[in-house]
Parts: sequence; structure tokens; C-alpha cells
Amino acid sequence: MKTLEIPTFECETGNYHTFCPISCVAWLYQKIEDSFFSVVGTKTRGYFLQNALGVMIFAEPRYAMAESEEGDISAQLNDQKELERICLQIKSDRNPSVIIWIGTCTTEIIKMDLEGIAPKLEKQLGIPIVVARANGLDHAFTQGEDTASAAMTHRCPEYIYRTTDQRGEDVVKHVVTDVAPNKKFFDEKGKLNRCNSVLFGSLPSSVASQLNLESRRQSVSVSGWLPSQKYTELPALGEGVYVCGVNPFLSRTATAPMRRRKCRLVGAPFPIGPDGTRAWIEKICSVFDVKPDGLEERENQIWKNLSDYLEIITGKSVFFMGDNLLEISLARFLIRCGMVVYEVGIPYMDRRYQAAELLLLQHTCEKMKKPTPRIVEKPDNYSQVQRMHELQPDLAITGMAHANPLEARDIDTKWSVEFTFAQIHGSVNARDALELVTRPLRRRSDFISGCRSLSRQTVDV
Amino acid sequence: MKLAYWMYAGPAHIGTSRVTSSFRNVHAITHAPLGDDYFNVMRSTSERERDFTPVTASVVDRHVLARGSQEKVINNISRKDEEQHPDLIVLTPTCTSSILQEDLQNFVDRASSSSESDVIPADVNYHRVNELQAADRTLEQITRFYLDRARKQSTLDRSVTNRPSANIIGIFTLGFHNQHDCRELKRLPGESGIAVNQVIPEGGSLKYLKDLPRAWFNTVPYREVGLMTATFLEKEYGMPYISITPMGISNTADFIAQIGKLVNVWASALSEKRLNYKLYVDNQTKFVSQAAWFSKSIDCQNLAGKEAAIFGDATHAASITKILVKEMGIRVTCSGTYCKHDAERFNEQVRGLCDEVIVTEDHTEVGDTIARIEPSAIFGTQMERHIGKRIDTPCGVISSPVHIQNFPLGYRPFLGYEGTNQIADLIYNSFNLGMEDHSLDVFGGHDTKEVSTKSLSTDRRDINRTPEAESEPSRIPGFVRGRTKKNTEVFAKQNNIPEITIDVMYAAKEKSSS
Repeated sequence: MKTLEIPTFECETGNYHTFCPISCVAWLYQKIEDSFFSVVGTKTRGYFLQNALGVMIFAEPRYAMAESEEGDISAQLNDQKELERICLQIKSDRNPSVIIWIGTCTTEIIKMDLEGIAPKLEKQLGIPIVVARANGLDHAFTQGEDTASAAMTHRCPEYIYRTTDQRGEDVVKHVVTDVAPNKKFFDEKGKLNRCNSVLFGSLPSSVASQLNLESRRQSVSVSGWLPSQKYTELPALGEGVYVCGVNPFLSRTATAPMRRRKCRLVGAPFPIGPDGTRAWIEKICSVFDVKPDGLEERENQIWKNLSDYLEIITGKSVFFMGDNLLEISLARFLIRCGMVVYEVGIPYMDRRYQAAELLLLQHTCEKMKKPTPRIVEKPDNYSQVQRMHELQPDLAITGMAHANPLEARDIDTKWSVEFTFAQIHGSVNARDALELVTRPLRRRSDFISGCRSLSRQTVDV
Repeated sequence: MKLAYWMYAGPAHIGTSRVTSSFRNVHAITHAPLGDDYFNVMRSTSERERDFTPVTASVVDRHVLARGSQEKVINNISRKDEEQHPDLIVLTPTCTSSILQEDLQNFVDRASSSSESDVIPADVNYHRVNELQAADRTLEQITRFYLDRARKQSTLDRSVTNRPSANIIGIFTLGFHNQHDCRELKRLPGESGIAVNQVIPEGGSLKYLKDLPRAWFNTVPYREVGLMTATFLEKEYGMPYISITPMGISNTADFIAQIGKLVNVWASALSEKRLNYKLYVDNQTKFVSQAAWFSKSIDCQNLAGKEAAIFGDATHAASITKILVKEMGIRVTCSGTYCKHDAERFNEQVRGLCDEVIVTEDHTEVGDTIARIEPSAIFGTQMERHIGKRIDTPCGVISSPVHIQNFPLGYRPFLGYEGTNQIADLIYNSFNLGMEDHSLDVFGGHDTKEVSTKSLSTDRRDINRTPEAESEPSRIPGFVRGRTKKNTEVFAKQNNIPEITIDVMYAAKEKSSS
């Protein structure tokens, strides 16, 4: 495999800071409008959610803890009866179209059979119950979404080749009249587009429709998204459907439709940054045998629009401590912007799912004549801070636990979680992504230059 | 299992971490899965801490699940020992380790033989105690550990200091306005000739813990954390302690009177001259604190008889209740706390001061109670602030759990004489200002917005209103609108009136004001 050319993969101790994967409920409950997320676990989980989500918790969220008590742990209480009682309460209060149980470390350790109980209760209550094991034993932060989406692929309706295909073409024709200036060109391509493509990854609906538009410009229609805006509108999957990911942390979701639903996976770089978006579209086009049109001009135009930001960051160095798996794509984008990346920490590296992205990273390094960064899987935060002390990067992209201490030691930081919540996909949002990256560099001023370090610890680590 | 959206007090290991990271050069290692080191984020963001939080996780993953931690925890302890040379490493259990039932004591025994740091396991049961109780317990545990050792090595100096001195116990990180309170607390006895021997755990150093018994007495400003340590020191070392929270004028006066009593006992024994604090209290009350004058001033008259609801931890809720009722003449309709373990004492404290007491950890119960009694202002935690937003009632935050905005940079103590000023400001600013009230009454409000229907109690009875009666409430000032509407509905129901007209509204008003 080509990825082997990337020389430095390292694996450290895994003593790093990241969010618990149950945090995925924060964006998923907002994405899937008719859902209710119930996190089954102990107080620790609830406390994390409550603090991590800050203000959101006060807005009557469609999620809650099913908080295990001592009786649950020691099996004095019957799991099924307890869950039934809680789901009934949820049903009467909120009446969702689906209840999603998020299994945590607690349910893993006491081996609560959520997958076994769910179908029984589902039948009894008449509400679909999806089980996602998003626990900190196996997963990090964004991988929580991966488990939830993977679980949902099993609930997608069966794709029936004829009818859906028809509808797909209709959509294309509809777009043709609306958007395309060159009618003839699109009509031809519309006919070529025989197969269905489903994109997976939870994005805000505006970003999703931007990506839809990007691919429609090339006359490839997107027939659906996983997850969809509503649980009742999950896309059809089956033989003849091509699936393609928009986020680098969705490796389980990528394999589930392939192995279980006979879909075909389009392995592309991820649409982050104008370069990524172009490579992503090109790959999709190549699968559908469509010749991409006007992509290069479009990319150049976007880069031109970014010139003010590029000026700020060109030549600057950046260090990714790693916590949300977006790191490879972001590093690739930033190298293309002219930055030097010292290290890419990443919780978990799926070399097969990210193969195209890794390849693009390598090409980008060659093209920009920049060294290939070392990629550190399961990083060790303590050692990273030591290395950062040596390297003195201009910017550290890191979790909130380290941000303030690093700032006090005169290293500019950007909070990595913001990349998960901000809109960074597609060419249109490249500006937003750079807005985030440049913010700490832009606000750097001279007024405190008198004191180099504001840390109170006398011995600097 | 129970359905929960919000919790007032966090899990036990948070309490332990708060104590350990308040001490200097103490490291906590939590035995927890990935993502449970969330405490670091809280400390780094809320407290804007500029140094790395001395808490690391010994990560529990699949392998640990399958074969136990084996050498992992021990390696992590010795590694931390080598890297940062802490004085003490506290191995902290989480819910995960308590379910796994790993023998943490065994890890500690093995690790401590090879490491230079002292190593102890935090003795807290995840399922039995919450954040505050765990913090209380851990503080006692660490103090006991070092005092016992000093006694064994006979390095313990049992003589009291020459000048009267006190320990302050229970100031720690992520505590509500703790840093400011600490400064104020040091000043309070300081001005009357009493030195501060030690403050623990905040900024405390373990090697000085053995000198704790040299103080004349201990003060425990907050009921939640420190009492266990104080009782331990009383029992083993005969040190008296003061557990009055010097919050509000009368409490502060009581606090100082207690100091006077304790110090004068010793003073006679040491044949020094007796100290008299009455003059000091008088001076402070009259001139340093503006709160006493403020409650007599015309401004405060407007507050008389207004209704408030209070909720928070036991210390703050009880003290604020007392201040509102006794010092400002405000009527407290409901006072409550989430410190269930301290319910008895709380009840005793607020008895006779309020109409209703709630002790609960369920925020919906608090919300429903507040919506039912419709106070003019709420004093509570961040959760009550949001309840207040929903029902259009102002709220002052007086207790954790809190947000970053409750860690102000400026000096904002709640304790002592400066604290009384701060509290008076907070309370006064939370109510609608007096003149504003009047003008609203006279002119029918600033605006012609529709009737506020934001209410947590949603049981709308099927009562018709005529169009005039619908529009009439908009002329009633916003903050009493909800209540007027409800009174009218109740009146209509009681008298079997099917439709509410303006006449009915005024009849209801007459009835309720008679």
C-alpha cells in the first residue's frame, strides 16, 4: 500500500487528554432533530457532559443520563426493568422517533447487555432503540459519533435499485434547470450518473448543503446523508450505493455499510480546506466516471481569497497535540497554507480509511517542500510538552487542559475542540478554519512582551 | 437508575482532585478511562490556572479490563515520581475503579517502596459520597497522614505559638469565591492581633502540616469541607474550632465573638491581657461595612417584604437566608440546599426564617417550586439563574455550581466585612430598583409586549378570557403580571366563573388585597 511511504508513525503511551466519546451527543442530538440520547452510566459521565456542554445544558436538551446507582452496579436491580422505566418516561415527556442509548465504560465493565435489551424494549415501546457503545475504554472524543453512526447504518432502509435511481436522476435534472449555466453539459452527465452516493458524517445542515452543491456542480447527486436531519429520513443503503466519508474519524461507519450493506466505499481525502475539497470531489467524480469541471479555477480563486490569512501563517510552525482525529487533514491543509508542522498527535490512526488523506499529505509536503511531520498515535501529553519546550512552535493546537498553561509559557495555542464544532468543511468554509488558526497569532501583541513567561512555576517544564 | 439532566455536586474523584491540586506539589493519579481527566479542563478554564494541573490519569482501557492494571498504575506512579518529584502522590479511585474492585492499596504499597514521594490511596467510596464529602474526607486523610507520621518520628512540636494564631481550613481550588474569601479571612483576625498559622489546602505545603497543632484554634469557614479535619484536630490535639461562617454582619460578629472567647481563655492562662473585640466589631460594622447603614437607608425600604427564593450549598444558602431576613427585611418564601447529607443542620439554621425548606438534588423540583411561588428574585446557583431566565425573574448567584463568570478577577469576597458590602450590592442589584418599580406601576410598564407566558408550571386551565381581559395584563408591570394572572384564574375557578372579564380581574384583585 502506498501509505507505507510515510516514514514516521510512532505510538506512545496513550496518556493524553481528550474528551470522553459520549460528548458526541452534544452535536448529534442537534443534528438528528427527532432523536433522544440517553447516556447509560454513572455520575462521572453526567458531570463531564454537564461541564463540557456549558450553556447547552440549560436549553432543554434532548438528552439525559440514565444514571446507574449502586443497586444497578451490584445487579440488585434488573437492567431491563430499569431501562424500561426510563424509556417510558422519555417517551411520555418528549415522544422522540428514536432513542439512542450511549453505552459507557460502566455498562462495559458490568457487562450490561444493551444490545440484547434494546430489541425487546423496542418491541414493547414501539420506538426504535439504537445502541452505540461510545466509551472511554475503546474510543476517543469524535469516535463517539463513529459508533453512533455505525449503529445507525443498520437502521437505514434497503436501497431498491430502480426506483431510487429514477429519483436520483430527477434530482439532477432539477438542479440542472436551477443552477447550471451550461445546460447541455449537465444533461449529459446526468445520464451518466447511474449510481447513488450517500455521504456519512454529521455536519450542520448548511455545511451539508454546501457539500451537496459542490458535488452537484459536477453533476454527481448526493442521494442522502448519514445521519440525516431526521431519524425517519435515513438514506437507503444497499448494493449499488457508493458511500463516502466527510470526516476522518468515521472508520467504523465506513466499514459497516461495506460489510453489512454491500455498499462501496469511496476512499477520498476529506473536504477540509480548498485542497481537500477539490481532491474529495475529484475522487468522487472519478468513481462515477465524471470529468470534473472548473475545479482548478475554483480552488485557485479560494486560495486567492485567503491571501490575507496566508500572509499571517506562512512559515509559522504548528504542533498538534492530538485529541479529535481531524489532525491529519488539518495538518495537510496547514502545510498547503505554508506552515511547518512539527508533530501530528492523533488518538487513533486508521491507515486504510485515511489512506487517501495520508497520500495527499505526502504530496502536499513534497509540493510545498516541507518536511513530513511525525505522526504520533496515542501520544503522551507529558512527553509532548517536553518536546514542545524544545521545539518552541509558533502555535500549539491542543485541548483546554493544556491551553492556559502553555499560553503562560509563551506558546500560542488554539483549542482543538473548536475545530470539531466550527464549520470547516468545503471550500466555502476554508476561511472559517483559518480564522480559527490565525486568531491566536493575530491577537499576539507586544504589550506583555516585557515578561516572557507568565507561569508561576519557578522550574519550567 | 434514575433519569438525570443536571447535578449540583460532582462525583467523588473531583472532590479529591480539588484538594490535592490545592496543596503545593501534590500529584493525583486517577485510575480512570480516557476522558475522565476532565477535572484538568475545569481547573484550567474556570480558574484560568496558568500551571499544568497536577492530575494525571492512569488510563483504564480494554487491556486493563481483561487482565487488570497489573504494573500500569505502579509504573505511572513511579514515572510521576521521577518526572516531577511531588511530595505526595494520591491514587484516586473513580467509579470505574470502584466497579473493577482493583486493590488500589496494594498498588500503593508496592509503589511507595520504590518511590521517593509518599503515596496514599484516596479513601473515598464513589457510590456513597459526592464531590464535597470526598473533598472533606481527603483533606482529613492527608492531614492525619502527616500528623501521625510526625508523631511517630517525634518531630511534632506541640507548643502553641506565642501570639494567638489560627488555622484556616477548607479554602481550595474551584471553590465559590474561595480565593477572595481567604484574603478577607486572613484580614479579619489579623486586624485584631491574631496571626494566621496556616491555610489548608490552598497553597499549603505538606512539610508544614506538622505545625498545624501549634495554632490556638481552627476556623472552618465552609461547612462542606474542613469539618472532618477540624474534628480530628480537636479530638487528637485538643484544638477548638469555630464553624461559624462569617457571612453577613451578625454572623461575622458571632464569629469574632467566638474568637474572643477562645483567645481569652488562653490569655488568662498565659497571663496576658484579655482582648476585647466589641469595639472592633462596632467600628467595622459602622464604618468598614456599609451593609448595616445600607439596610437602614431609604433604598432598602423598597425591598422590605419582597419575596425571594434561595437555593445553594448548605453554607451559602443558610447564610444568605439569614442576611435577607434578619438584615434586610426581605421575606424568604423558600430556602433550600442540595447538601442532603447536611440537611438536619440546614433545617436548624433556617428554621423560622422562611416559609418552606427544600432539600433536594433534583433541579426540576427546585424549578417547579420557584415557578410556583413566583418570587421577585432568586438567589441560587447557575442552574437557578437559568430557571430565572425562563420565568423572567432576576437571579443572583450565591453558590456553586458556577461558571467562569463566577471566578471574577476583581476582589469579591463573600465573607467578612468587605463580603457584607459585596452581598448587599448583589442583593440590591438583583431586585428591580425601587424607583423603577414605582414608575412601572404608575405608567403601566415600558412596553406593550404580550403577556408573559413563560412559566415552568404548564397546567393551563381551560378558562376563557375576553379580549379586553387578555390585553389588560399588559398594563400590569411585568414582574407581577404572572402572579396577577394566576390569582385571577384561581379566583375564577373558586367562584365557578367560566369567562374572565376585566370585572373579574378587578374583583380578584380586590379579594387578594383584602
